[in-house]
Amino acid sequence: MSNLEVKFKDIKFKNPVIMASGTFGFGREYNEIYNIEKLGGISTKGLTINKKSGNDGIRIWETSSGIMNSVGLENPGVKGFIEKDMKFLNDLDLVTIVNIGGATLQDYIDAVNLISKENVDIIELNISCPNVKAGGMAFGIEKESARKIVKIIRKTTSLPLVVKLSPNARNIVETAKVCEEEGADGVSLVNTFKAMAIDINKRKNIFNNTYAGLSGPAIKPIALRMVHEVSKAVNIPVMGMGGITTYKDALEFIMAGATCIHVGTANFINPKIGLEIIKGIDEYMKKENIKSLDEIRGII
Amino acid sequence: MAKIISNKYLGQDIHVMKIEGNFKGEMGQFYMVRSWDNYPVLSRPLSIHDIDDEGISFLYRVVGDGTKNFSKLEANDEIKLEGPYGNGFPKVEGKVLLVGGGMGVAPLYLAAKRVSKLEDVEKLDVFMGFREKEMLKGEYEKYADNVHINVGGIITEDVDVDKYDYIFTCGPEIMMEKLVKMAEGKDTKVYVSIEKRMACGIGACLVCTCKTKDGNKKTCKDGPVFLGEDVFYE
Repeated sequence: MSNLEVKFKDIKFKNPVIMASGTFGFGREYNEIYNIEKLGGISTKGLTINKKSGNDGIRIWETSSGIMNSVGLENPGVKGFIEKDMKFLNDLDLVTIVNIGGATLQDYIDAVNLISKENVDIIELNISCPNVKAGGMAFGIEKESARKIVKIIRKTTSLPLVVKLSPNARNIVETAKVCEEEGADGVSLVNTFKAMAIDINKRKNIFNNTYAGLSGPAIKPIALRMVHEVSKAVNIPVMGMGGITTYKDALEFIMAGATCIHVGTANFINPKIGLEIIKGIDEYMKKENIKSLDEIRGII
Repeated sequence: MAKIISNKYLGQDIHVMKIEGNFKGEMGQFYMVRSWDNYPVLSRPLSIHDIDDEGISFLYRVVGDGTKNFSKLEANDEIKLEGPYGNGFPKVEGKVLLVGGGMGVAPLYLAAKRVSKLEDVEKLDVFMGFREKEMLKGEYEKYADNVHINVGGIITEDVDVDKYDYIFTCGPEIMMEKLVKMAEGKDTKVYVSIEKRMACGIGACLVCTCKTKDGNKKTCKDGPVFLGEDVFYE
């Protein structure tokens, strides 16, 4: 096996492959299918201070090469997560990223305060969920609202802080720069693209919220471009994601500047996709005689 | 990868596909099935229709790109299966009725087969409703005491819930909800098999939520079979 280790600031990942928030639960279900300690890390399902039951109506819709989802942050709340799943994750040898969302600034502060008492490796601040009416993506559209929340959350926690950015931001590069200025340790991008579908027979929108989040291979080229632009513009490390389905996709994101990558929708194509991507990167490194991913990171 | 033994068209857009191998599964459980690489993105959840010494069978209706792909497969073609997933129908006793509407008959064949072998089952009836024409009657007769078919009508109108201790049902929610209401306040227990759009199939992604008296449940993991009176129907 090649040395796939990557460092994200001071945090060591055994490989750059992380399972994306919302597609992997808290890891339990996939751990029944394979040993998830083989992964670099996982980002939990987005958590809010209080339990949320999520959106009504259809929550998933398939598109050409992708899916739209409108789960609406259904989650057990930070407390429920700590009681039920924190220990399970702490007992595993992998980097635990806890994804935090909220409707109001105070929600974010309370959730971050509570989770900061736990043994968590990274907080991923979700200011990019398109599926909740209040908060969520609203904080990630304008750079000044992103600045406000990152500034406060930076003061709230000493844990490593990564801000998850929205591709729907007015200017994702500017938003990333603001996160860096306000002390974020890294950024992760991209969350899903705001999208929609219509049932022409019923003459109605498919989703109760009208809009939903598009992910999967369909968004990969745009996500890659955004990761490239952001990586060039900031000095903090970048977690790249958006439709990564193969090791080739993962390597493209790394060459575009990502320190590590998240795999989301592809888990639904093949539940063991994470292992295949790790194996593919390993074989590529051997074939190309690459000793460390640093040799190819950001070369484009 | 598994190999297809046969893939037959039965009419009314319904096909039955048999796949070679030693597959596990309880009545009411399902597999995530795909016969393509990355596109369409999602696998298709198909309930187990039958399991025998040769392999596993799925009954499916062509409704979109995925099932259309299935319908084009031939013997010896390859297919991927993940599973079995979910909670199926419980082991029961006494007088049992299975009620299927349209494609909902799919999981009831394995159910008929398994229920008929349960020691304490005294009687097993199968009621099936179809829109255009009857099908599969002879198959279900192998295991049931009585197979009743309704074509073009409303199958629930033919059911007398008082005659049964347990009813297993799968099909349109309006049909299953009706059966649950008919059994309200009686000793008959109704178990429903819920169909939802799924993505992961294992309980991680929360897109197949079923609302119940006990809060949100995952259709793929907590279900697809639920006690009928617990479910809030859409």
